[in-house]
Amino acid sequence: MKKRILGLFSDFDQAIAVVVGIRQYEVPGVTVDDITIKSPIEHPEIEEILGERSSHVPKFALSGALFGLIFGAFFLAAAQANFLVQPQGGKPVITITSNLVLIYEMLILFGVLSTFIGFLIGGRFMRKRTALDDEKINLDQVGIVVEVEEGNADPLRDLFRKHKVLEIRDRELEE
Amino acid sequence: MAEHTAATKDIDEKIAWAKINADVLRSMQNPRKGYWVALAFCVGLLSIGIYAEVHQYDIGMGPSNLNNPHMWDLYISTFVFWIGMSHSGTLLSAILHIFHADWRKPIYRFAEAMTTFSLLTALLFPIIHLGRVWNMHWVVPYLSDRGIWPNFRSPLVWDAFAITTYLTASVLFLYIGMIPDLAICRDNVKGWRRKLYTFMSVGWRGDDRQWRNFRKTYLLMACFLIPLAVSVHSIVAADFAMAIMPGWHVTSFPPYFVAGALYSGCAGIISLFVLLRYFFKFEQYMTLPILDKTCRLTFAIAMVWTYLNLIEFASVWYGHDVTSKEVLLAKFFGPYSPFFLTMLFFGMILPFALIVPKIRHNMPLIFIVSILLNIGMWLERYMIVAPTLSLAYHPWTWGVMWPSWVEWGIVIGSIGWFGLLFLIFVKVFPSVSMYEVKEMVYHRRRVVFDDAEERVMKPSRQEGS
Repeated sequence: MKKRILGLFSDFDQAIAVVVGIRQYEVPGVTVDDITIKSPIEHPEIEEILGERSSHVPKFALSGALFGLIFGAFFLAAAQANFLVQPQGGKPVITITSNLVLIYEMLILFGVLSTFIGFLIGGRFMRKRTALDDEKINLDQVGIVVEVEEGNADPLRDLFRKHKVLEIRDRELEE
Repeated sequence: MAEHTAATKDIDEKIAWAKINADVLRSMQNPRKGYWVALAFCVGLLSIGIYAEVHQYDIGMGPSNLNNPHMWDLYISTFVFWIGMSHSGTLLSAILHIFHADWRKPIYRFAEAMTTFSLLTALLFPIIHLGRVWNMHWVVPYLSDRGIWPNFRSPLVWDAFAITTYLTASVLFLYIGMIPDLAICRDNVKGWRRKLYTFMSVGWRGDDRQWRNFRKTYLLMACFLIPLAVSVHSIVAADFAMAIMPGWHVTSFPPYFVAGALYSGCAGIISLFVLLRYFFKFEQYMTLPILDKTCRLTFAIAMVWTYLNLIEFASVWYGHDVTSKEVLLAKFFGPYSPFFLTMLFFGMILPFALIVPKIRHNMPLIFIVSILLNIGMWLERYMIVAPTLSLAYHPWTWGVMWPSWVEWGIVIGSIGWFGLLFLIFVKVFPSVSMYEVKEMVYHRRRVVFDDAEERVMKPSRQEGS
């Protein structure tokens, strides 16, 4: 059976040392992909150690902006086409120059909305909190959550203890 | 010596993370007497505005003195002023974020809140100015039974689009940046606040996936917000520049408006900086070196604004459009000259006070200076609107128009509305970004310790050699 084990550390140096240990195969059957790090601040150095992990937010931003651009152009043109029934006094029905300003705004509006949606989806928000979501992480501690087979849990705990873990918590994963 | 070191650091890197949480959370609890007095004052101002608007709604636009050719006057001047104030958050948050200026971290949150509330205030003015406020939805492009659409060629419709987009983007920017802090609040409070923060923190856990997405989102939002802010104020400038009116039809208007907006926004930040620092005892976070940097930034923007102002005068003068020249001369020597000269003094001369350290470090004085700068910026907008309408192309419409009590009442009410929103914000949401201050402290500590390590190692290496 698989388990999730949380170790709480007082600073990043110890947490990073644990990750380095896992990278050096000190815990059998555990790779860097099984690690989640929880921290009170954004810490890019941790990402360097964990390796590149993708984020889809830029794709959401780009697709939202493109949608805004295309929708804006068609929406405005469609609205202005209503004026076909009205005399324009020689002016164009679809005014490209002024529409560019509005299309630009719609590009940004939909880009922003789409980025926000991408953030909510990509960050896996709106999930129930578990016992491994500790309040101390929002205060001043760094947590390392590792997904591990029951049999390999003890070496992991030993590694945690070697790097002065403050607290260890387990949670069994549902099959 | 220790005092001197503290005065030169943006933040003391020895502050414990737990203390940062405690200090900011404390600022959100138990309002003191001063807070209630400020709240009552803002409600009082807002009541004056509501009374004036109800009166105008009841009687019509007559009591406001707005008439042809003075159909804009205070309402649109104040609208432009509040839009300008909204650029503070974009500058401090988005632009400085992209440039990795980490000194912005303790002060950007309230600047972003300022942006949102300034926009909410600005939004009221075009609606009030319409007179027929019940028809305000006509500016929204929706398919009506009559098949009528707004005139997409009009900069006023561009305004509606731009401000809606800007408001949406700045609210989301403020909210996204606040999520990690809302999670801290969620973990530390009880009752209705806990419910609110639990809902608003959307299950923030602080794991690397969330931080990674957070960082990218924040950066992308900043990238969207900067051109948006520039476009918003350019469009507001287009309200004027697209009209063939003397003094308005100037190509430098959009950058002039953007510079003016950043200027008034920065001055607004200084005012709120001083108030929050004093009332919430945020001396450890809103430090004098950060105030120094904000003042220097304001000064630099003031000089850009001054240059663009002079360029505008030069364009009118050398363009030799007689009517525009008459308007310019009337600003200097006509009935509006006291306002115009005051504006020039507050906008161009007074900013030099910002480069004097003694003035910068005197809190009451710098607060007064920042308020005067904003009065100057408000006068600037009034001096754009009123003189041109007074002295346009038709001599038979020439004349000076003084705003009525209704217009003044609504302008005063808008200050109350902004103040009320801001006061509620600082008690419900953290006005200092806790996680970013922790980051700042963490990185500064690393740098200080690394430097110290190097200093210690150097002599020993020399001894060894």
